[in-house]
Amino acid sequence: MITPYDVAKVRADFPILHRLVNGKPLTYLDNANTTQKPQSVIDAVADLYTTYNANIHRASHLLGELATRAYEEARVKVKTFINAADAHEIIYVRNATEGVNLVAQTYGRRNIHAGDEIIISTMEHHANIIPWQLLCAETGAKLKIIPINDAGELLLDEYAKLLSERTKFVGIVHMSNALGTVNPIKEVIDMAHAYGVPVLVDAAQSAYHMPLDVQELDCDFLVFSGHKLYGPTGIGVLYGKRALLEEMPPWQGGGDMIATVTFEETTFNDIPYKFEAGTPHIDGAIGLGAAIDYLTTLGMDKIAAYENDLMAYGTGVLTEVPGLRMIGTARHKASVYSFVLDGIHPYDVGTVLDQEGIAIRTGQHCAHPVLQRFGVPATIRASLGLYNTREELDTLVRGLHTAREIFGE
Amino acid sequence: MTAESLSIDKAQEEIIEEFDYLGDWTERYKHIADLGRKLPPFPEDQRLEENKVKGCQSQVWLSGHLSGEQIIFDADSDALIVRGLIALALRVYSGRTPEEILETPPEFINKIGMSEHLSANRANGLQAVIKQIKRYAVAFQARTETA
Ligand SMILES: Cc1ncc(COP(=O)(O)O)c(C=O)c1O
Repeated sequence: MITPYDVAKVRADFPILHRLVNGKPLTYLDNANTTQKPQSVIDAVADLYTTYNANIHRASHLLGELATRAYEEARVKVKTFINAADAHEIIYVRNATEGVNLVAQTYGRRNIHAGDEIIISTMEHHANIIPWQLLCAETGAKLKIIPINDAGELLLDEYAKLLSERTKFVGIVHMSNALGTVNPIKEVIDMAHAYGVPVLVDAAQSAYHMPLDVQELDCDFLVFSGHKLYGPTGIGVLYGKRALLEEMPPWQGGGDMIATVTFEETTFNDIPYKFEAGTPHIDGAIGLGAAIDYLTTLGMDKIAAYENDLMAYGTGVLTEVPGLRMIGTARHKASVYSFVLDGIHPYDVGTVLDQEGIAIRTGQHCAHPVLQRFGVPATIRASLGLYNTREELDTLVRGLHTAREIFGE
Repeated sequence: MTAESLSIDKAQEEIIEEFDYLGDWTERYKHIADLGRKLPPFPEDQRLEENKVKGCQSQVWLSGHLSGEQIIFDADSDALIVRGLIALALRVYSGRTPEEILETPPEFINKIGMSEHLSANRANGLQAVIKQIKRYAVAFQARTETA
Protein backbone atom coordinates (compact mmCIF):
# COMPACT_ATOMS: atom_id res chain seq x y z
CA MET A 1 0.00 0.00 0.00
CA ILE A 2 1.23 3.50 -0.78
CA THR A 3 1.01 5.72 2.27
CA PRO A 4 -0.31 9.13 1.37
CA TYR A 5 1.24 10.57 4.49
CA ASP A 6 4.92 10.03 5.28
CA VAL A 7 5.12 10.32 9.04
CA ALA A 8 8.85 9.52 9.12
CA LYS A 9 9.47 12.50 6.90
CA VAL A 10 7.21 14.67 9.05
CA ARG A 11 9.08 13.62 12.20
CA ALA A 12 12.37 14.62 10.61
CA ASP A 13 11.02 18.20 10.43
CA PHE A 14 10.69 18.45 14.22
CA PRO A 15 14.11 18.67 15.88
CA ILE A 16 12.82 18.23 19.45
CA LEU A 17 11.42 14.79 18.64
CA HIS A 18 14.97 13.49 18.40
CA ARG A 19 16.06 14.30 21.94
CA LEU A 20 16.16 11.88 24.83
CA VAL A 21 14.14 12.22 28.02
CA ASN A 22 15.37 10.31 31.07
CA GLY A 23 17.61 8.40 28.69
CA LYS A 24 14.69 7.30 26.52
CA PRO A 25 13.52 8.62 23.16
CA LEU A 26 10.88 11.29 23.70
CA THR A 27 7.31 10.07 23.19
CA TYR A 28 5.43 13.32 23.01
CA LEU A 29 1.73 12.77 23.63
CA ASP A 30 0.83 16.09 25.22
CA ASN A 31 -0.21 17.86 22.04
CA ALA A 32 -3.53 19.12 23.37
CA ASN A 33 -1.44 21.11 25.82
CA THR A 34 0.98 22.47 23.27
CA THR A 35 2.55 21.11 20.09
CA GLN A 36 6.19 20.95 19.01
CA LYS A 37 7.54 23.19 16.27
CA PRO A 38 8.85 22.26 12.83
CA GLN A 39 12.25 23.60 11.80
CA SER A 40 10.57 25.95 9.31
CA VAL A 41 8.78 27.77 12.15
CA ILE A 42 11.96 28.02 14.19
CA ASP A 43 13.79 29.30 11.11
CA ALA A 44 11.11 31.88 10.27
CA VAL A 45 11.42 33.42 13.74
CA ALA A 46 15.24 33.30 13.63
CA ASP A 47 15.23 34.80 10.14
CA LEU A 48 13.29 37.85 11.28
CA TYR A 49 15.81 38.60 14.00
CA THR A 50 18.77 37.71 11.82
CA THR A 51 17.91 39.64 8.69
CA TYR A 52 15.01 42.14 8.87
CA ASN A 53 13.91 42.92 12.41
CA ALA A 54 12.16 46.27 12.86
CA ASN A 55 8.96 47.63 14.34
CA ILE A 56 5.98 47.44 12.06
CA HIS A 57 3.55 50.02 10.68
CA ARG A 58 5.72 52.93 11.83
CA ALA A 59 9.24 52.69 10.45
CA SER A 60 10.18 54.65 7.34
CA HIS A 61 12.99 52.34 6.36
CA LEU A 62 13.44 49.12 4.44
CA LEU A 63 13.57 46.81 7.45
CA GLY A 64 10.35 48.28 8.77
CA GLU A 65 8.76 47.69 5.42
CA LEU A 66 9.95 44.08 5.26
CA ALA A 67 8.81 43.30 8.79
CA THR A 68 5.43 44.93 8.20
CA ARG A 69 4.98 42.97 5.02
CA ALA A 70 5.83 39.63 6.69
CA TYR A 71 3.51 40.40 9.59
CA GLU A 72 0.63 41.27 7.27
CA GLU A 73 1.32 38.36 4.93
CA ALA A 74 0.94 36.06 7.90
CA ARG A 75 -2.49 37.58 8.50
CA VAL A 76 -3.47 36.70 4.95
CA LYS A 77 -2.23 33.14 5.54
CA VAL A 78 -4.49 32.89 8.60
CA LYS A 79 -7.38 34.24 6.56
CA THR A 80 -6.86 31.60 3.88
CA PHE A 81 -6.32 28.87 6.48
CA ILE A 82 -9.77 29.38 8.00
CA ASN A 83 -11.32 30.73 4.77
CA ALA A 84 -12.33 34.10 6.18
CA ALA A 85 -13.83 36.54 3.69
CA ASP A 86 -11.30 39.25 4.45
CA ALA A 87 -7.88 39.47 6.16
CA HIS A 88 -9.16 42.42 8.20
CA GLU A 89 -11.38 39.99 10.05
CA ILE A 90 -8.26 38.39 11.52
CA ILE A 91 -7.16 39.95 14.81
CA TYR A 92 -3.91 38.91 16.38
CA VAL A 93 -4.21 38.21 20.08
CA ARG A 94 -1.97 36.39 22.56
CA ASN A 95 -3.93 33.14 22.59
CA ALA A 96 -7.42 31.67 22.42
CA THR A 97 -8.07 32.85 25.97
CA GLU A 98 -7.39 36.47 25.09
CA GLY A 99 -9.65 36.16 22.04
CA VAL A 100 -12.59 35.11 24.22
CA ASN A 101 -11.87 37.84 26.75
CA LEU A 102 -11.73 40.45 24.00
CA VAL A 103 -15.16 39.45 22.71
CA ALA A 104 -16.65 39.31 26.22
CA GLN A 105 -15.23 42.71 27.14
CA THR A 106 -16.16 44.53 23.94
CA TYR A 107 -19.08 42.86 22.18
CA GLY A 108 -20.33 41.48 25.49
CA ARG A 109 -20.20 44.67 27.51
CA ARG A 110 -21.91 46.63 24.79
CA ASN A 111 -24.67 44.14 23.96
CA ILE A 112 -25.32 41.99 27.01
CA HIS A 113 -27.27 43.35 29.94
CA ALA A 114 -29.01 42.33 33.17
CA GLY A 115 -31.45 39.47 32.63
CA ASP A 116 -29.86 38.42 29.33
CA GLU A 117 -28.53 34.90 28.96
CA ILE A 118 -25.27 33.49 27.62
CA ILE A 119 -25.14 29.81 26.67
CA ILE A 120 -22.00 27.67 26.92
CA SER A 121 -21.58 23.92 27.40
CA THR A 122 -20.49 21.58 30.17
CA MET A 123 -17.34 20.65 28.28
CA GLU A 124 -15.87 24.14 27.95
CA HIS A 125 -12.27 24.91 28.79
CA HIS A 126 -11.99 27.55 31.53
CA ALA A 127 -10.99 29.97 28.75
CA ASN A 128 -14.59 29.88 27.52
CA ILE A 129 -16.17 29.91 30.99
CA ILE A 130 -14.44 32.49 33.15
CA PRO A 131 -14.63 35.45 30.72
CA TRP A 132 -18.41 34.95 30.57
CA GLN A 133 -18.69 34.53 34.33
CA LEU A 134 -16.85 37.81 34.76
CA LEU A 135 -19.16 39.48 32.27
CA CYS A 136 -22.21 38.05 34.06
CA ALA A 137 -20.94 39.30 37.42
CA GLU A 138 -20.49 42.74 35.89
CA THR A 139 -23.75 42.99 33.98
CA GLY A 140 -26.21 40.77 35.83
CA ALA A 141 -26.56 38.47 32.83
CA LYS A 142 -26.94 34.71 33.42
CA LEU A 143 -24.86 31.78 32.26
CA LYS A 144 -26.78 28.75 30.91
CA ILE A 145 -25.07 25.42 30.43
CA ILE A 146 -25.76 22.83 27.70
CA PRO A 147 -25.56 19.41 29.39
CA ILE A 148 -23.81 16.36 27.93
CA ASN A 149 -24.51 12.62 27.98
CA ASP A 150 -22.33 9.87 29.49
CA ALA A 151 -20.34 9.54 26.29
CA GLY A 152 -19.45 13.20 26.45
CA GLU A 153 -21.75 14.41 23.68
CA LEU A 154 -23.77 17.61 23.68
CA LEU A 155 -27.49 17.19 24.30
CA LEU A 156 -28.86 19.25 21.43
CA ASP A 157 -32.45 18.82 22.64
CA GLU A 158 -31.51 20.48 25.89
CA TYR A 159 -29.69 23.20 23.99
CA ALA A 160 -32.84 23.84 21.98
CA LYS A 161 -34.75 24.30 25.25
CA LEU A 162 -32.20 26.81 26.57
CA LEU A 163 -32.43 29.05 23.51
CA SER A 164 -34.94 31.88 23.88
CA GLU A 165 -35.44 35.59 23.35
CA ARG A 166 -33.30 36.11 26.45
CA THR A 167 -30.31 34.40 24.81
CA LYS A 168 -27.81 37.02 23.68
CA PHE A 169 -24.72 34.95 23.04
CA VAL A 170 -23.52 31.36 22.54
CA GLY A 171 -19.94 30.27 23.19
CA ILE A 172 -19.11 26.71 22.23
CA VAL A 173 -16.01 24.58 22.06
CA HIS A 174 -15.50 22.88 18.68
CA MET A 175 -13.41 20.05 20.10
CA SER A 176 -13.10 19.30 23.80
CA ASN A 177 -9.56 19.20 25.20
CA ALA A 178 -10.66 17.04 28.13
CA LEU A 179 -12.74 14.47 26.22
CA GLY A 180 -11.80 14.72 22.57
CA THR A 181 -15.45 15.16 21.57
CA VAL A 182 -15.94 16.98 18.27
CA ASN A 183 -19.19 18.91 18.52
CA PRO A 184 -21.75 19.28 15.71
CA ILE A 185 -20.73 22.89 15.52
CA LYS A 186 -22.65 23.80 12.38
CA GLU A 187 -25.90 22.68 13.99
CA VAL A 188 -25.15 24.59 17.18
CA ILE A 189 -24.51 27.74 15.14
CA ASP A 190 -27.60 27.37 12.96
CA MET A 191 -29.83 26.84 15.99
CA ALA A 192 -28.52 30.04 17.60
CA HIS A 193 -28.85 32.00 14.39
CA ALA A 194 -32.51 31.01 14.23
CA TYR A 195 -32.84 33.29 17.28
CA GLY A 196 -30.51 35.91 15.81
CA VAL A 197 -27.88 35.05 18.41
CA PRO A 198 -24.16 35.31 17.55
CA VAL A 199 -21.87 32.35 18.23
CA LEU A 200 -18.23 32.20 19.27
CA VAL A 201 -16.41 28.97 18.43
CA ASP A 202 -13.46 27.94 20.59
CA ALA A 203 -11.33 26.22 17.95
CA ALA A 204 -8.21 25.93 20.14
CA GLN A 205 -8.25 22.14 19.75
CA SER A 206 -9.87 21.71 16.36
CA ALA A 207 -7.74 24.21 14.41
CA TYR A 208 -4.72 21.90 14.25
CA HIS A 209 -6.63 18.66 13.72
CA MET A 210 -9.15 19.41 10.96
CA PRO A 211 -9.87 21.86 8.14
CA LEU A 212 -11.83 24.93 9.24
CA ASP A 213 -14.05 27.12 7.10
CA VAL A 214 -15.56 30.04 8.98
CA GLN A 215 -17.75 31.09 6.05
CA GLU A 216 -19.24 27.65 5.70
CA LEU A 217 -19.75 27.39 9.47
CA ASP A 218 -21.10 30.93 9.46
CA CYS A 219 -19.71 31.43 12.97
CA ASP A 220 -19.59 35.00 14.20
CA PHE A 221 -16.36 34.68 16.16
CA LEU A 222 -13.71 31.98 16.29
CA VAL A 223 -10.54 31.78 18.40
CA PHE A 224 -7.44 29.62 18.43
CA SER A 225 -3.86 29.66 19.71
CA GLY A 226 -0.69 29.57 17.63
CA HIS A 227 1.18 27.38 20.09
CA LYS A 228 -1.19 24.46 19.58
CA LEU A 229 -0.98 24.89 15.82
CA TYR A 230 2.74 24.06 15.69
CA GLY A 231 3.49 27.79 15.88
CA PRO A 232 5.05 30.01 18.55
CA THR A 233 3.57 30.76 21.96
CA GLY A 234 2.13 34.18 22.68
CA ILE A 235 0.28 34.53 19.38
CA GLY A 236 -3.32 33.63 18.77
CA VAL A 237 -6.17 34.53 16.48
CA LEU A 238 -9.58 36.04 16.92
CA TYR A 239 -11.71 35.87 13.82
CA GLY A 240 -14.84 38.00 13.76
CA LYS A 241 -17.32 38.92 11.07
CA ARG A 242 -16.48 42.35 9.74
CA ALA A 243 -19.83 43.95 10.62
CA LEU A 244 -19.56 42.81 14.24
CA LEU A 245 -15.94 43.84 14.64
CA GLU A 246 -16.60 47.27 13.19
CA GLU A 247 -19.40 47.95 15.60
CA MET A 248 -17.42 46.75 18.64
CA PRO A 249 -15.65 49.30 20.83
CA PRO A 250 -11.88 48.92 21.23
CA TRP A 251 -10.55 47.03 24.23
CA GLN A 252 -7.04 48.17 25.02
CA GLY A 253 -5.80 51.63 24.11
CA GLY A 254 -2.40 52.70 22.89
CA GLY A 255 -0.29 53.04 19.78
CA ASP A 256 -1.28 51.54 16.43
CA MET A 257 -4.97 51.36 17.29
CA ILE A 258 -5.75 55.01 16.65
CA ALA A 259 -6.29 57.18 13.59
CA THR A 260 -5.91 60.64 15.15
CA VAL A 261 -5.34 61.69 18.73
CA THR A 262 -5.82 64.98 20.55
CA PHE A 263 -6.28 65.22 24.30
CA GLU A 264 -9.94 65.95 23.72
CA GLU A 265 -10.75 63.20 21.29
CA THR A 266 -9.31 60.12 19.64
CA THR A 267 -10.60 58.47 16.53
CA PHE A 268 -9.84 54.82 16.26
CA ASN A 269 -8.12 52.98 13.49
CA ASP A 270 -9.98 50.51 11.30
CA ILE A 271 -10.21 46.82 12.04
CA PRO A 272 -8.13 44.84 12.78
CA TYR A 273 -5.76 47.54 14.11
CA LYS A 274 -8.41 48.97 16.41
CA PHE A 275 -7.91 45.81 18.50
CA GLU A 276 -4.12 45.57 18.25
CA ALA A 277 -2.83 48.21 20.64
CA GLY A 278 0.91 48.59 21.07
CA THR A 279 3.76 46.79 19.38
CA PRO A 280 2.40 43.31 18.68
CA HIS A 281 4.02 39.88 18.76
CA ILE A 282 5.70 40.33 15.39
CA ASP A 283 7.85 37.20 15.44
CA GLY A 284 4.90 35.23 16.78
CA ALA A 285 2.71 36.25 13.85
CA ILE A 286 5.46 35.45 11.35
CA GLY A 287 6.08 32.09 13.03
CA LEU A 288 2.35 31.37 12.93
CA GLY A 289 2.38 32.13 9.22
CA ALA A 290 5.20 29.62 8.78
CA ALA A 291 3.27 27.02 10.79
CA ILE A 292 0.26 27.53 8.55
CA ASP A 293 2.47 27.12 5.47
CA TYR A 294 3.72 23.87 6.95
CA LEU A 295 0.21 22.56 7.63
CA THR A 296 -1.08 23.68 4.26
CA THR A 297 1.75 21.92 2.45
CA LEU A 298 0.93 18.68 4.26
CA GLY A 299 -2.79 19.33 3.79
CA MET A 300 -5.21 19.59 6.71
CA ASP A 301 -7.42 16.90 5.21
CA LYS A 302 -4.46 14.51 4.96
CA ILE A 303 -3.42 15.33 8.52
CA ALA A 304 -6.96 14.69 9.75
CA ALA A 305 -7.16 11.37 7.91
CA TYR A 306 -3.80 10.24 9.30
CA GLU A 307 -4.69 11.26 12.83
CA ASN A 308 -8.11 9.60 12.67
CA ASP A 309 -6.52 6.34 11.65
CA LEU A 310 -3.98 6.66 14.45
CA MET A 311 -6.74 7.54 16.88
CA ALA A 312 -8.64 4.36 16.07
CA TYR A 313 -5.50 2.28 16.51
CA GLY A 314 -4.81 3.86 19.90
CA THR A 315 -8.38 3.34 21.10
CA GLY A 316 -7.96 -0.33 20.24
CA VAL A 317 -4.70 -0.90 22.09
CA LEU A 318 -5.63 1.24 25.09
CA THR A 319 -8.96 -0.46 25.74
CA GLU A 320 -7.03 -3.71 26.15
CA VAL A 321 -5.15 -2.35 29.17
CA PRO A 322 -6.80 -3.97 32.21
CA GLY A 323 -8.59 -1.49 34.46
CA LEU A 324 -8.47 1.35 31.94
CA ARG A 325 -11.63 3.43 31.78
CA MET A 326 -11.94 5.92 28.94
CA ILE A 327 -13.55 9.22 29.91
CA GLY A 328 -15.26 10.54 26.81
CA THR A 329 -16.44 7.99 24.27
CA ALA A 330 -18.25 10.24 21.82
CA ARG A 331 -18.95 8.82 18.38
CA HIS A 332 -17.22 11.80 16.83
CA LYS A 333 -13.93 12.15 18.63
CA ALA A 334 -10.45 13.29 17.68
CA SER A 335 -6.90 12.92 18.95
CA VAL A 336 -7.54 12.86 22.71
CA TYR A 337 -7.55 9.89 25.09
CA SER A 338 -8.66 10.88 28.56
CA PHE A 339 -8.73 7.95 30.95
CA VAL A 340 -8.28 6.62 34.46
CA LEU A 341 -6.59 3.42 35.62
CA ASP A 342 -8.55 1.62 38.34
CA GLY A 343 -7.11 2.23 41.78
CA ILE A 344 -4.09 4.22 40.60
CA HIS A 345 -3.83 7.97 40.97
CA PRO A 346 -3.29 9.72 37.60
CA TYR A 347 -0.38 11.58 39.10
CA ASP A 348 1.38 8.29 39.91
CA VAL A 349 0.82 7.11 36.36
CA GLY A 350 2.23 10.38 35.01
CA THR A 351 5.34 9.97 37.14
CA VAL A 352 6.03 6.51 35.79
CA LEU A 353 5.33 7.50 32.19
CA ASP A 354 7.76 10.40 32.55
CA GLN A 355 10.42 7.88 33.52
CA GLU A 356 9.81 6.18 30.22
CA GLY A 357 10.20 9.42 28.30
CA ILE A 358 6.45 9.63 27.69
CA ALA A 359 4.99 13.12 27.98
CA ILE A 360 1.28 13.16 28.82
CA ARG A 361 -0.82 15.37 31.06
CA THR A 362 -2.52 14.41 34.27
CA GLY A 363 -5.03 16.49 36.14
CA GLN A 364 -8.15 18.42 35.31
CA HIS A 365 -7.08 19.98 32.01
CA CYS A 366 -8.49 23.44 32.87
CA ALA A 367 -11.96 21.97 32.52
CA HIS A 368 -13.12 21.29 36.08
CA PRO A 369 -16.87 21.20 35.36
CA VAL A 370 -16.66 18.41 32.80
CA LEU A 371 -14.58 16.21 35.11
CA GLN A 372 -17.11 16.86 37.86
CA ARG A 373 -19.77 15.68 35.40
CA PHE A 374 -17.91 12.37 35.05
CA GLY A 375 -17.23 12.13 38.77
CA VAL A 376 -13.47 11.78 38.42
CA PRO A 377 -11.06 14.08 40.26
CA ALA A 378 -8.46 13.89 37.49
CA THR A 379 -7.60 11.95 34.35
CA ILE A 380 -4.56 10.86 32.43
CA ARG A 381 -4.63 12.48 29.00
CA ALA A 382 -2.64 11.39 25.98
CA SER A 383 -3.20 13.56 22.92
CA LEU A 384 -2.00 13.14 19.36
CA GLY A 385 -0.27 15.39 16.92
CA LEU A 386 0.58 15.04 13.25
CA TYR A 387 3.96 13.44 14.03
CA ASN A 388 2.82 10.67 16.38
CA THR A 389 3.04 7.01 15.40
CA ARG A 390 1.51 3.66 16.25
CA GLU A 391 4.82 2.67 17.84
CA GLU A 392 4.47 5.58 20.24
CA LEU A 393 1.01 4.42 21.25
CA ASP A 394 2.49 0.96 21.87
CA THR A 395 5.12 2.62 24.06
CA LEU A 396 2.34 4.33 25.99
CA VAL A 397 0.56 1.03 26.51
CA ARG A 398 3.79 -0.56 27.78
CA GLY A 399 4.24 2.38 30.16
CA LEU A 400 0.74 1.83 31.51
CA HIS A 401 1.53 -1.83 32.12
CA THR A 402 4.64 -0.79 34.04
CA ALA A 403 2.54 1.60 36.12
CA ARG A 404 0.13 -1.21 36.91
CA GLU A 405 3.00 -3.43 37.90
CA ILE A 406 4.46 -0.79 40.24
CA PHE A 407 1.23 0.39 41.79
CA GLY A 408 -0.97 -2.67 41.52
CA GLU A 409 -1.77 -4.37 44.80
CA MET B 1 8.86 2.29 65.23
CA THR B 2 12.46 2.59 64.15
CA ALA B 3 12.05 6.32 63.80
CA GLU B 4 11.63 6.63 67.52
CA SER B 5 14.61 4.49 68.39
CA LEU B 6 17.03 6.01 65.87
CA SER B 7 18.46 9.50 66.10
CA ILE B 8 17.34 11.91 63.39
CA ASP B 9 20.71 11.65 61.62
CA LYS B 10 20.70 7.88 61.86
CA ALA B 11 17.21 7.79 60.40
CA GLN B 12 18.42 9.69 57.34
CA GLU B 13 21.46 7.44 56.99
CA GLU B 14 19.27 4.39 57.20
CA ILE B 15 17.05 5.63 54.38
CA ILE B 16 20.03 6.39 52.18
CA GLU B 17 21.48 2.91 52.81
CA GLU B 18 18.14 1.28 52.13
CA PHE B 19 17.97 2.90 48.69
CA ASP B 20 21.60 2.00 47.96
CA TYR B 21 20.51 -1.62 47.76
CA LEU B 22 17.82 -0.97 45.19
CA GLY B 23 18.34 -1.36 41.48
CA ASP B 24 16.83 0.64 38.63
CA TRP B 25 14.11 3.22 38.95
CA THR B 26 11.25 0.74 38.77
CA GLU B 27 12.57 -0.93 41.91
CA ARG B 28 12.93 2.41 43.65
CA TYR B 29 9.40 3.39 42.71
CA LYS B 30 8.08 0.02 43.83
CA HIS B 31 9.76 0.51 47.17
CA ILE B 32 8.38 4.04 47.51
CA ALA B 33 4.92 2.73 46.59
CA ASP B 34 5.30 0.08 49.32
CA LEU B 35 6.23 2.68 51.88
CA GLY B 36 3.21 4.66 50.75
CA ARG B 37 0.91 1.69 51.34
CA LYS B 38 2.31 1.23 54.84
CA LEU B 39 1.92 4.85 55.90
CA PRO B 40 -0.36 4.81 58.98
CA PRO B 41 -3.90 6.07 58.30
CA PHE B 42 -4.40 9.79 58.60
CA PRO B 43 -6.70 10.82 61.48
CA GLU B 44 -9.96 11.75 59.73
CA ASP B 45 -10.68 14.59 62.18
CA GLN B 46 -7.49 16.24 60.90
CA ARG B 47 -8.53 16.15 57.24
CA LEU B 48 -9.17 19.86 57.26
CA GLU B 49 -8.65 22.58 54.70
CA GLU B 50 -6.07 24.20 56.99
CA ASN B 51 -4.04 20.97 57.02
CA LYS B 52 -3.80 20.80 53.24
CA VAL B 53 -0.33 21.41 51.93
CA LYS B 54 -0.41 23.90 49.09
CA GLY B 55 1.71 23.66 45.99
CA CYS B 56 1.35 19.95 45.29
CA GLN B 57 -0.13 18.36 42.19
CA SER B 58 -1.90 15.74 44.25
CA GLN B 59 -3.83 16.35 47.44
CA VAL B 60 -1.58 16.34 50.50
CA TRP B 61 -2.48 16.70 54.17
CA LEU B 62 -0.14 17.23 57.11
CA SER B 63 -0.87 17.75 60.77
CA GLY B 64 1.43 17.86 63.77
CA HIS B 65 0.98 17.80 67.52
CA LEU B 66 3.29 17.98 70.51
CA SER B 67 3.82 14.87 72.60
CA GLY B 68 6.09 15.85 75.44
CA GLU B 69 9.08 17.49 73.81
CA GLN B 70 8.52 15.93 70.43
CA ILE B 71 6.34 16.77 67.48
CA ILE B 72 4.38 13.86 66.03
CA PHE B 73 3.33 14.26 62.42
CA ASP B 74 0.53 12.60 60.49
CA ALA B 75 0.32 12.96 56.74
CA ASP B 76 -1.52 11.65 53.74
CA SER B 77 -1.83 12.02 49.99
CA ASP B 78 -4.11 10.54 47.37
CA ALA B 79 -1.12 9.73 45.16
CA LEU B 80 0.89 6.70 46.19
CA ILE B 81 4.32 8.03 45.22
CA VAL B 82 3.69 11.15 47.23
CA ARG B 83 2.54 9.01 50.19
CA GLY B 84 5.78 7.06 49.94
CA LEU B 85 7.90 10.19 49.86
CA ILE B 86 5.95 11.57 52.79
CA ALA B 87 6.57 8.32 54.69
CA LEU B 88 10.30 8.94 54.24
CA ALA B 89 9.97 12.49 55.48
CA LEU B 90 8.07 11.32 58.55
CA ARG B 91 10.69 8.70 59.34
CA VAL B 92 13.18 11.52 59.55
CA TYR B 93 11.12 14.27 61.14
CA SER B 94 8.28 12.77 63.17
CA GLY B 95 8.91 12.25 66.87
CA ARG B 96 11.69 14.85 67.00
CA THR B 97 12.08 18.03 68.99
CA PRO B 98 11.63 21.34 67.19
CA GLU B 99 15.38 21.97 67.53
CA GLU B 100 16.27 18.65 65.88
CA ILE B 101 13.86 19.35 63.04
CA LEU B 102 15.17 22.82 62.40
CA GLU B 103 18.81 21.72 62.53
CA THR B 104 18.41 18.87 60.06
CA PRO B 105 18.32 19.55 56.33
CA PRO B 106 16.53 16.88 54.23
CA GLU B 107 19.72 15.41 52.80
CA PHE B 108 18.09 12.11 51.98
CA ILE B 109 16.17 13.67 49.08
CA ASN B 110 19.32 14.08 47.02
CA LYS B 111 20.87 10.83 48.15
CA ILE B 112 18.26 8.22 47.35
CA GLY B 113 18.95 8.31 43.63
CA MET B 114 15.58 9.88 42.88
CA SER B 115 16.08 13.61 42.65
CA GLU B 116 16.80 13.64 38.93
CA HIS B 117 13.62 11.65 38.48
CA LEU B 118 11.52 13.99 40.57
CA SER B 119 10.61 16.77 38.22
CA ALA B 120 10.38 20.28 39.62
CA ASN B 121 6.69 19.85 40.38
CA ARG B 122 7.10 16.56 42.11
CA ALA B 123 10.07 17.60 44.18
CA ASN B 124 7.90 20.54 45.20
CA GLY B 125 5.38 18.14 46.69
CA LEU B 126 8.00 16.74 49.03
CA GLN B 127 9.71 20.10 49.53
CA ALA B 128 6.37 21.68 50.40
CA VAL B 129 5.74 19.01 53.03
CA ILE B 130 9.16 19.51 54.56
CA LYS B 131 8.71 23.27 54.56
CA GLN B 132 5.44 22.79 56.41
CA ILE B 133 7.12 20.43 58.91
CA LYS B 134 9.69 23.14 59.60
CA ARG B 135 6.92 25.70 60.08
CA TYR B 136 5.38 23.46 62.73
CA ALA B 137 8.78 23.23 64.42
CA VAL B 138 9.14 27.02 64.49
CA ALA B 139 5.63 27.45 65.87
CA PHE B 140 6.01 24.81 68.59
CA GLN B 141 9.43 26.14 69.52
CA ALA B 142 7.99 29.60 70.04
CA ARG B 143 5.20 28.11 72.13
CA THR B 144 7.50 26.09 74.39
CA GLU B 145 9.81 29.08 74.83
CA THR B 146 7.03 31.36 76.02
CA ALA B 147 5.50 28.64 78.21
C1 LIG C 1 -10.50 23.86 24.18
C2 LIG C 1 -9.53 24.89 24.61
N1 LIG C 1 -9.90 26.16 24.67
C3 LIG C 1 -9.07 27.13 25.05
C4 LIG C 1 -7.77 26.85 25.44
C5 LIG C 1 -6.91 27.96 25.90
O1 LIG C 1 -5.78 28.08 25.12
P1 LIG C 1 -4.67 29.13 25.52
O2 LIG C 1 -4.20 28.74 26.88
O3 LIG C 1 -3.63 28.97 24.49
O4 LIG C 1 -5.33 30.46 25.51
C6 LIG C 1 -7.34 25.54 25.41
C7 LIG C 1 -5.98 25.19 25.86
O5 LIG C 1 -5.73 24.17 26.44
C8 LIG C 1 -8.23 24.53 24.98
O6 LIG C 1 -7.85 23.26 24.94
